[in-house]
Amino acid sequence: MLFGVMSLLRPLLLDVVPTIQQTAALALGRLANYNNDLAEAVVKGDILPQLVYSLAEQNRFYKKAAAFVLRAVGKHSPQLAQAIVDCGALDTLVICLEDFDPGVKEAAAWALGYIARHNAELSQAVVDAGAVPLLVLCIQEPEIALKRVAASALSDISKHSPELAQTVVDVGAIAHLAQMILNPDSKLKHQVLSALSQIAKHSVDLAEMVVEAEIFPVVLTCLKDKDEYVKKNASTLIREIAKHTPELSQLIVNAGGVAAVIDCIGSCKGNIRLPGIMMLGYVAAHSENLAMAVIISKGVPQLSVCLSEEPEDHIKAAAAWALGQIGRHTPEHARAVAVTNTLPVLLSLYMSTESSEDLQVKSKKAIKNILQKCTYLPALEPFLYDAPPNILKHVVGQFSKVLPHDSKARRLFVTSGGLKKIQEIKAEPESLLQEYINSINNCYPEEIVRYYSPGYSDTLLQRVDSYQPITN
Amino acid sequence: MATLARLQARATFLAHQYYFRSRHLHRVATTIQKWWRSYLGRQQYQVVVKLASCAMKMNLYNAMAVRIQRRWRGYRIRKYCFNYFYLKEYLRAVSETNDAIREALEEFAEMKEREEKKADLEREEKKRDYQARKMHYLLSTKQIPGIYNSPFRKDPDPWELRLQKAKPLTCHRPKVKQKRYISLSSWLACTSARSFPRSEILPPIDRKRCQGPFRDITEVLEQRYKPLEPTLRVAEPIDELKVAREELRRQEWMRNVNDNMFLPFSSHHKNKKYIPLMHSSSKYGPNSYGSQHFRDENPRKWICDKDFQTVLPSFDLFSKYGKSYSKAGQII
Repeated sequence: MLFGVMSLLRPLLLDVVPTIQQTAALALGRLANYNNDLAEAVVKGDILPQLVYSLAEQNRFYKKAAAFVLRAVGKHSPQLAQAIVDCGALDTLVICLEDFDPGVKEAAAWALGYIARHNAELSQAVVDAGAVPLLVLCIQEPEIALKRVAASALSDISKHSPELAQTVVDVGAIAHLAQMILNPDSKLKHQVLSALSQIAKHSVDLAEMVVEAEIFPVVLTCLKDKDEYVKKNASTLIREIAKHTPELSQLIVNAGGVAAVIDCIGSCKGNIRLPGIMMLGYVAAHSENLAMAVIISKGVPQLSVCLSEEPEDHIKAAAAWALGQIGRHTPEHARAVAVTNTLPVLLSLYMSTESSEDLQVKSKKAIKNILQKCTYLPALEPFLYDAPPNILKHVVGQFSKVLPHDSKARRLFVTSGGLKKIQEIKAEPESLLQEYINSINNCYPEEIVRYYSPGYSDTLLQRVDSYQPITN
Repeated sequence: MATLARLQARATFLAHQYYFRSRHLHRVATTIQKWWRSYLGRQQYQVVVKLASCAMKMNLYNAMAVRIQRRWRGYRIRKYCFNYFYLKEYLRAVSETNDAIREALEEFAEMKEREEKKADLEREEKKRDYQARKMHYLLSTKQIPGIYNSPFRKDPDPWELRLQKAKPLTCHRPKVKQKRYISLSSWLACTSARSFPRSEILPPIDRKRCQGPFRDITEVLEQRYKPLEPTLRVAEPIDELKVAREELRRQEWMRNVNDNMFLPFSSHHKNKKYIPLMHSSSKYGPNSYGSQHFRDENPRKWICDKDFQTVLPSFDLFSKYGKSYSKAGQII
């Protein structure tokens, strides 16, 4: 049935009347758009060479329809896109990009974008055909739809490798993209931010070039946009810039980016939050001053809210990782994280069987990192009761570091029942845990230790049994 | 035997002698050695004392140096490596920037919301206005109260007021197609391009039909769209002579192989020097009156201010030849 349709439509493409040609091309495009199999049938039916040949000479309606067919075929899979490249369509599409009519340009740019989306070789083929300078010219056109499509095509080209991104940058695309961030149209902003983030993600130099285009603090206004995808792409862009070096993160912090991102996280739900959370993690990972900056911008309560509310595991894993990065530097940082009561949540995530493996690994690492620096004892105490042995070791170790020096803490430790719990822990002799327990026991007078050791009441009763009152 | 004993006694005697003599010597030698050793020991003592005092001094200096270095190290760490106050300042500045950014973003969001609300309100207004214009016929008249002006109400419905204010919408007019502006370079192009109606049927007039016998429409059109017949004067350009000369010159330039004019051979034998006229060779040249200017030099003698005309209008004697209306076809 499929082949029958193609063989019927194919001669119509060569019809004398131009309207019939255009309508036939439109029909082919819509068929190919719908389904992968139909697109393959279009390719197998040898229609593409004819289309490409007549693209060069026909009027603009035909060009639009033919470019639509190429786009529809190329969007399904890399093999189909490769078939399009093999029949020499790229050169004609690039010629269409120079046409006067903006509709033709838009259709051609869209087709090129879809072809370049699949992998790096196809992108390289598109770049070799000389499309990139023409796409940058298209971006400067006044029509909004054309700008959108050209920005999306540039984003698809530059996402695969640093060399391709460098090619896009060499044509001077960054300046134009940066200007278009101020445009009120939200779909355009979405594409432009995506293009900039694809460029910035590859290397430090590219990220620096994006920053030099003076996108801060304008990008922060995009974080307040109504459209969810604009917020997501803006936080993705900031994340890609922040992850390379401490200097870039410092720049973002100095511009007030951290506060804006935290507000943005607070105002959205679900997957939109993910880049923002990762950005906070990257910033905090670079140095302790930056982590402190994240803490004073009130990042930790927001992250703990994300950790507890979000239903998806990968977002929780990201939040756990970010908290671990914040809390691992110094006791101050660990205290700031522990005060918000996130450690029990992390522990429960680690222990629950429903969490994915990634979540468990990340929360374990986060707990370990925070615990190794945490000296805030009220937060550590609940851990004595529910933690598994490998974490318990660290907890007891922290206690053993803090208790010898702080008398008030020792008193609190006794009255809250911690000492009792310590005595109940069974540790192998000569293990690290036993050493810690010994060092804790050494902080207290012997009677108290004996008082709290398990089975003390039994020993006392035994003594009562064996006691002979002095009869005289 | 006796000698042996004698020898022995002598030996012991000698030994005693030696002993007594060497005891003295021993004593003397010991004294000398004693004094020598004490001298050496005093020297050694000097050395030891010197060493000890040097060591003490060095220790003191080292201790003082350590003190200085300690203070310097503390200062260096506190000022250059980890400046606590600078960090506090920085964090304070960061939090201030954060607050400022948060405020600015809030303002921005508020502004956007306000703008959106305004745009929404305006759209609503426009819609309601359009509806009021469409429903204008529902307005209440003096005799009949409209729907929105029920007599049982205290005040009329706001829609009533809106209807009063609205202008009635006339029937749906087709959208005016924008006329393409054809560049008309000449009058002839006006008629050849389709800018005037050329059909035999005149466009409909939405008025009462005019009365009276009318001329045949083809005649009228013929008369109206008669093509231009320019006069001779207009048809020929005014500088045609100059243009013709130019044209000729251009043709010659195109055709000629050699631009130099041929000189007549007959002047080859003329080897006499040319003597110019006195008129033209004196520095008092010919008068320009009569060739360059024709008016009197004294302006008071001029009759009128305007200069003589050099280009005169032509008279169209021949242009009307055979074209004016004639009596019974006789050519005037």
